[in-house]
Amino acid sequence: MKKKMLSIILAAAMTAGMAVMPAGAEEAAPEEGSVFNIYCWNEEFKSRVTDHYPGYEEIDATTGQIGDVTVKWNITPNDDNAYQNNLDETLLKQGTAAADDKIDLFLIEADYALKYTDTEYTMNIADLGITEEDTAEQFGYTKDIVTDSRGNLKGLSWQGCPGLLIYRRDIAKDVLGTDDPAEVQTYLSDWETFLSTAQKMKESGYVMTSSVNDAYRVFSNNVTSKWVEDGAINIDENIMNWVETSKAMVDAGQTNTYELWSDDWSKGFYTDSNVFCYFGPAWFYDFSMAGDTEGSVGYDGGWAVTEGPQSFFWGGTWICGATGSDNPSLIKDIMLNLTCNPDIMTEIAKADGDFVNNKSAMEALASDESFGDAILGGQNPISKFLAGIDSIDLSNLSAYDQGCNEEFQNAMRNYFEGNATLEEATDLFYTAVVEKYPELTY
Amino acid sequence: MKAKNKKAVSYNKWGYIFLLPFLIVYVVFQLIPLAGTIYNSFFENYRSGLSQVGPNFVGLDNYVSLLSSGDLFVYFQNTMIMWIMCFVPQILVSLLLAAWFSDPQLRLKGAGFFKTVIYLPNLIMAASFAMLFFTLFSDSGPINSILVNLGILKEPFRFLTVKWSARSLVALMNFLMWFGNTTILLLAGMLGIDSSLFEAAQADGASSTQIFFKITLPLLKPILIYVMITSLIGGLQMFDVPQVLTNATGDPMRSTMTLIMYLNKHLYSKNYGMAGALSVLMFLITGVLSIVVFKFTQSKNQP
Repeated sequence: MKKKMLSIILAAAMTAGMAVMPAGAEEAAPEEGSVFNIYCWNEEFKSRVTDHYPGYEEIDATTGQIGDVTVKWNITPNDDNAYQNNLDETLLKQGTAAADDKIDLFLIEADYALKYTDTEYTMNIADLGITEEDTAEQFGYTKDIVTDSRGNLKGLSWQGCPGLLIYRRDIAKDVLGTDDPAEVQTYLSDWETFLSTAQKMKESGYVMTSSVNDAYRVFSNNVTSKWVEDGAINIDENIMNWVETSKAMVDAGQTNTYELWSDDWSKGFYTDSNVFCYFGPAWFYDFSMAGDTEGSVGYDGGWAVTEGPQSFFWGGTWICGATGSDNPSLIKDIMLNLTCNPDIMTEIAKADGDFVNNKSAMEALASDESFGDAILGGQNPISKFLAGIDSIDLSNLSAYDQGCNEEFQNAMRNYFEGNATLEEATDLFYTAVVEKYPELTY
Repeated sequence: MKAKNKKAVSYNKWGYIFLLPFLIVYVVFQLIPLAGTIYNSFFENYRSGLSQVGPNFVGLDNYVSLLSSGDLFVYFQNTMIMWIMCFVPQILVSLLLAAWFSDPQLRLKGAGFFKTVIYLPNLIMAASFAMLFFTLFSDSGPINSILVNLGILKEPFRFLTVKWSARSLVALMNFLMWFGNTTILLLAGMLGIDSSLFEAAQADGASSTQIFFKITLPLLKPILIYVMITSLIGGLQMFDVPQVLTNATGDPMRSTMTLIMYLNKHLYSKNYGMAGALSVLMFLITGVLSIVVFKFTQSKNQP
C-alpha cells in the first residue's frame, strides 16, 4: 500500500515537472552535463580539438568551451606511468564521483589498450550511436586494437601509425651517393642489407641508428606469439632476433644503447650529429623530432622516408568514452568529427602532417602531387605508409605489452653494454616483469 | 596541604595536554600506518590492470618469497655500500670543517657565509639534483665534453653504465647534499664543549691535534652517535637520488638499486602485500642496525 502511494506521488511529481518544462524543450537534446573532463598525457589531442573541432573555443591552457559545456583538460605526463596511475584511480572512483568530476573522455595507447578496452570502464562505440558505416573508412588495424574480447569496438582513433624508416638526406648522399627514397630503399630492404649499410655508415664516421631501441618496434611488431601465453612470460623468436642484431651493431659501434626520449638519443634530431636514421610513424617526425627548432634536421627539411626492412607501427592514440559519462552525445560528436569526418580528416593530414585514419582521404592525398611534408623536404610519404598498413598484424597484442617491452629493453641494455651475459639479462627481465605483474610466472 | 596537591596535579595535566597534538599526529600518521603495514604484509593484495586481486590471507608467503629470492640481500648490500661511500668522506670533511669553524684561533672570515653555502645543496630537491647530475654526466653532457676537449679522455666516458662510477655518482650527490647538515650538527656539538677545557689543555702545552683527538672527539661522542644513527637510517631509506639518476632501473644490472627503490617496484601493481612485507623487514633491519651502532659506541665510551 505504502509503495503504491509512493509511486503515485512520484508519478504526480514527474507529470508536474513535465508541465513546468518550457515549450520547445521536447526538441532539445536530453539535458547533459556542463563539464566535460578529458584525460590525456600531452598536448597533441588538445591541439587537434582546438584546431579542427568546430565550435571549440580555448579559454586557457587547461580549459575550453564547446557551446554551453566547459571542457576541462586533465593532462598528466606518461613518465613513470603517472598518466595511467592517475587515470586508474579516477576511473575506479567513477561510480561514486559527482557528475561534473566524472571522466567523460580519455585517451589510450596501443601498448596498454586492452587494459582499458577489455573492461566495463569504456563505452561501446555502438552504444554511442556510431555505426559501422560511420567507421567504414577507418583502417582495419586501428579498430582491431580497441576491440575487446567479446568483439565490441571500444574506441576510435584519428590517426594511423604505420612506421617508416626516416633517414637523413645529406648522410645518404654522402655515403650512398643518392637521397632518392627508392634508391636508398635498396640499401635497406632487409636486415642483411641493413647491417651491411650500417657498416658503411660506420666506416664513414656515422652511426646507423641513435639507439638499439629504435629498431625495437620493427621486430616486436612482427612477432608470432604474445608476451604472455597462459599466464607465463614468453619471449618471441623475433624479439631474440632483435637482441642478436642489436648486440652485433653495438659491438661494431654502429649504434648506441640510449633510452628512447633521452637527451643523448634525441641528439640525432639536430644537424650537428651523426645519426643516419630513426624508425617511426608520421607523428614521430611531425611531433617529436624538433622540426620547428632551428638547427634541427627537420627544420631544413633534411629527412626523407622509405619503407625499410619490415613494416611496423608505433603508438597511436585512441579516444575512449568513459562509462558513466553525462555527456554521451558530445563524446559521439567529437568522435564523429575527429575520426570519421572526411573533410576534417583531410584538414588534419594537411595541417598537422598526421597520417589520418581514413582510407579515401589518404588515397586522395597519396596521389596529390602538391602535398608534401616540409620536414621531409617536400616528400609525399602517404603512398609508402599505405603500402605497409595492410600488413600490420595485431593478433599478438596482450594487456602486458607495455611493461614487457619497457623491461625487456631496460634489461637487455645491460647485455649490450657488457655488464651482463644474455642469461643474466634475461633473468633480470623476468624478475622485473613479475614485480610489475605478480600474477605471471616464467 | 590538600590544595597544594591539587595544584600539582593540574600542572601535570597541562603537560599531557601539550603533548596531545604530537601524540595525535603520531598515532594517525605513524602508528596506524605502521600497524597497517604489518597487517597488510600477511595478505596477497595487488591490482592487475584495473582488476583487484585479493586481499587474501597468505600467512608468511610474502616474507618467504622475498627472502628466498635473495635479491633483497643484494639491494641491502647496494644500499649499504653507497651509504658508506658517502658517509665516510662526509664525516671526515664535516669534522674538519666543524673544527675549523669552531677554532677561535683561526679567526675565519665570512664563517656565516660559508656555513650557509655548504648547507645550500640540502635545500635543493634531491630529484632535481639527480636530474642535474644526470644531464651533467650524460654521454653528451658538459662533464664529458670538458674531459674530451681537455684531452683527458679520447671519447666520452659512460658514467652510468659502469657499476662503480654509477655508485660513486650516487654517493657523491648524497655527500654534497648532507655534509653541510652534518657540519652544522658537529659544529653545534663542538661549541657546546666547555671552552675552559681547551684553555687548560693549551696551558698544559697540548698541540691542536692533541686537543682535537683527546678533548674534542671524546666529548663529541653523543653528537657523533646521533649523526651516525640518523645518517644510517637516512642511508637505508636512500631512494630519490638513484631512482632519478638511473630512471628507476638501478642499472647497471641493478647495482644501484636500493631497498626503497625495490619497494617502489612493487607499487606499480599496487602490491601492498609484498611492499608491506618488505617494509616490515626494513623496519627490523633499521632497528637492529641502530641498536648495534648505539651499543657499540656506548660500550667504548665507558671506561
